[in-house]
Amino acid sequence: MELTKIQEFDLNRTTMVTGSEAVVKCLVEEGVDIIFGYPGGAIMPVYDALYDYQNEVKHILTRHEQGAIHAAQGYARSSGRVGVCLATSGPGATNLITGIADAQIDSTPLVCITGQVHSHLLGTDAFQETDVVGISMPVTKWNCQVTKAEDIPAAIAKAFYVAQSGRPGPVLVDITKDAQFGEFEFEYEKCQQVRSYVAKPIINKDKLKEAAELINQAKKPLVVFGQGVILARAEEEFKTVIEKAGLPSAWTIMGSSALPTNHDLNVGMLGMHGNYAPNVLTNQCDVLIAVGMRFDDRVTGNLEKYAKQAKVVHFEIDPAEIDKNVNTDVAVLGDCKESLSLLLPLLKENNHANWLNEFYRLRDVELSKVINAETNPKSGELTMGEVMRRVNTHTEGKAIVVTDVGQHQMIACRYAEFQQSKSMITSGGLGTMGFCLPAAIGAKMGMPKKQVIAVVGDGGFQMTIQELGTIFQTKVEVKILLLNNQFLGMVRQWQDLFFDKRYSATEMVNPDFQTIAKGYGIASKQIKERELLNDAIKEMIEHKGSYLLEVMVGKENNVFPMVPTGCSVSDIRLE
Amino acid sequence: MKENNSSVKSLPFGEVRRGQYTISVFTEDQIGLLNRVSIIFTRRHINIESIAASESEVKGIHRYTIVISEDEELVKKVVKQLEKQVDVVGAFYHTNDELVFQEIALYKLPSTLIVSDGAVERIIRSHNARILAFEKEFTIIEKTGHKEETQLLFDELNPYGILEFVRSGRVAITKPMKQLKEYLKELEIASLNN
Ligand SMILES: Cc1ncc(C[n+]2csc(CCOP(=O)(O)OP(=O)(O)O)c2C)c(N)n1
Repeated sequence: MELTKIQEFDLNRTTMVTGSEAVVKCLVEEGVDIIFGYPGGAIMPVYDALYDYQNEVKHILTRHEQGAIHAAQGYARSSGRVGVCLATSGPGATNLITGIADAQIDSTPLVCITGQVHSHLLGTDAFQETDVVGISMPVTKWNCQVTKAEDIPAAIAKAFYVAQSGRPGPVLVDITKDAQFGEFEFEYEKCQQVRSYVAKPIINKDKLKEAAELINQAKKPLVVFGQGVILARAEEEFKTVIEKAGLPSAWTIMGSSALPTNHDLNVGMLGMHGNYAPNVLTNQCDVLIAVGMRFDDRVTGNLEKYAKQAKVVHFEIDPAEIDKNVNTDVAVLGDCKESLSLLLPLLKENNHANWLNEFYRLRDVELSKVINAETNPKSGELTMGEVMRRVNTHTEGKAIVVTDVGQHQMIACRYAEFQQSKSMITSGGLGTMGFCLPAAIGAKMGMPKKQVIAVVGDGGFQMTIQELGTIFQTKVEVKILLLNNQFLGMVRQWQDLFFDKRYSATEMVNPDFQTIAKGYGIASKQIKERELLNDAIKEMIEHKGSYLLEVMVGKENNVFPMVPTGCSVSDIRLE
Repeated sequence: MKENNSSVKSLPFGEVRRGQYTISVFTEDQIGLLNRVSIIFTRRHINIESIAASESEVKGIHRYTIVISEDEELVKKVVKQLEKQVDVVGAFYHTNDELVFQEIALYKLPSTLIVSDGAVERIIRSHNARILAFEKEFTIIEKTGHKEETQLLFDELNPYGILEFVRSGRVAITKPMKQLKEYLKELEIASLNN
């Protein structure tokens, strides 16, 4: 009698669920409250399950799967949490690929869940069957296919663990339709470890000492930092370290906003369209201290002529990045939040005042030769730089700026001012046009209290313009700043500089964006005049709800400074 | 990763040492891993000379033996990128002098040749090859050894008319390697750091 009672009790406790409901329960267990996606045949069971969990998990219906994944990226990058997206098999899954590749190269934690045809149809060219595991393999940190309902929880648990631990990245779980229909006893255990995978290398104290010695002895140190500082949530540790040792610090565009723009030691942006001083002085420093960055070719220019005079110290979580592009003298593997805290007591206080003045002196050169004309012109057509200057006035560095790809992106990275981390969201490694609008939607959903400004070109805007529909339906508040030069500006700039001005396929005959905005119920304005600029930006920022401000800027302006491909960073051109 | 006690030292930047390297990749037993491993080579436009896959001495751990000819600097980067894959337990590279390795080759000849021509029989004997199967129509000969050895036998038999020939990928065991079990234990501890 006793025994049967216990058995009955146990029976009540176990819950038989379908694979599709299990997917949703796993998301709830992982604390996911928002996902981005698009339905279709092979993922319908999961969508059906979502119907019962609308209070727990909000689903954002984008207008294209590329929109869903870029939104998930924007969400992940503004909030620091895992972005989740859902798509059907075949075309739904392949539409995710650009975003997955983007997230892979920019180390963004994403979990993508795709539906797949019935397992007995795998490999038969069934309707909407695509080998998405095969296709996504080169661009995912990890992926897998699940063909049995009972394997779903472990796969999703591993997916979340892998996506956000160590160096983050996108993962994909492909679930066959029969696995979604199958029933099993649901149990969930978060993944804590994968034995073949070391998320964070253990920090070697000797290397740390060697690094400290080099930094302490340096007369002309230069720190170059990237998104690693943001991903490790190490902004405070980083600032404390550079302040103690008086280290001038320059950022890659992925590291933008990790250090406040107006910090005395912030010496600007690195790379092709970066600032003059850090590029030139990269080739004069005696110790180059890289933190959470990977020496991308857009940052280093010609590697044969990159910082050859300097000893190189590299703080990095990913062993595969050590010596990949630039040979290091001392590599400190590990999470930089930990390694920088351990480094701090080993550092001597210093200020390197003369050396820092070199940066300020070159900044003045850049101011007079480039920046003043770009951000404060007195006559002529509107420039992108002056638009960004006005944005700064009204956001006071507190907004999140999301960009697309091209000239406006480089201008936004160069001139947007930030006080808080995770405020610059841009497609760095892949340079994906079409990223901006959906990423801005996701960024706002990740940080609803923040002002989100989408800075976009007329080309990239039209690559994912359908996401205006997502704004319309969800009423998410995104300020769209369209910098319209009626050209694929960055490509036109290269044609101007390197292809004898042969403007092949770069001129854009554009639709009336004002009418389009109207159709989507989005308040909007177009301006061409300098006198109207300040008020127009103020109006956009103060407007309750989404807003499209289209600024007609000079058609043939070029972004400078510039390190032409194949040149050394110190050969950066001011004009 | 390269073990420290190996004879190959890291080279100064810019200096290249092109040679034949054998990469051993130990992985979890999962569908698609071979694809993930081979992508690392394809991405860098590296030709795989031979590849062999099997289970290792530890249940559930598979090993791939991959032979490539490249600069050592590049080999190091490839090995790190292999090791970075979540389900790759470990990746190592070695030069030929650090390895004991073998390949196996099979040769199919018309049986009439063996019976009628003493020369063919002498060649087989002199190469220490053995006869695996003897049928009315054909005979299959097996030879294990390094590629040069199996190739030499091929070259000598070829004028008589080889019907079919196949050579396996290299299998190799390293002289100085740590035991896989020990390595796994260390990894278990390291993978707890998250
Ligand atoms: C998907 C994609 N296709 C092509 C490119 C190449 N590309 C880089 S910048 C650019 C021009 C962008 O033009 P626009 O969006 O108008 O911005 P602008 O440069 O004028 O600010 C192009 C075509 C790209 N980065 N991404």
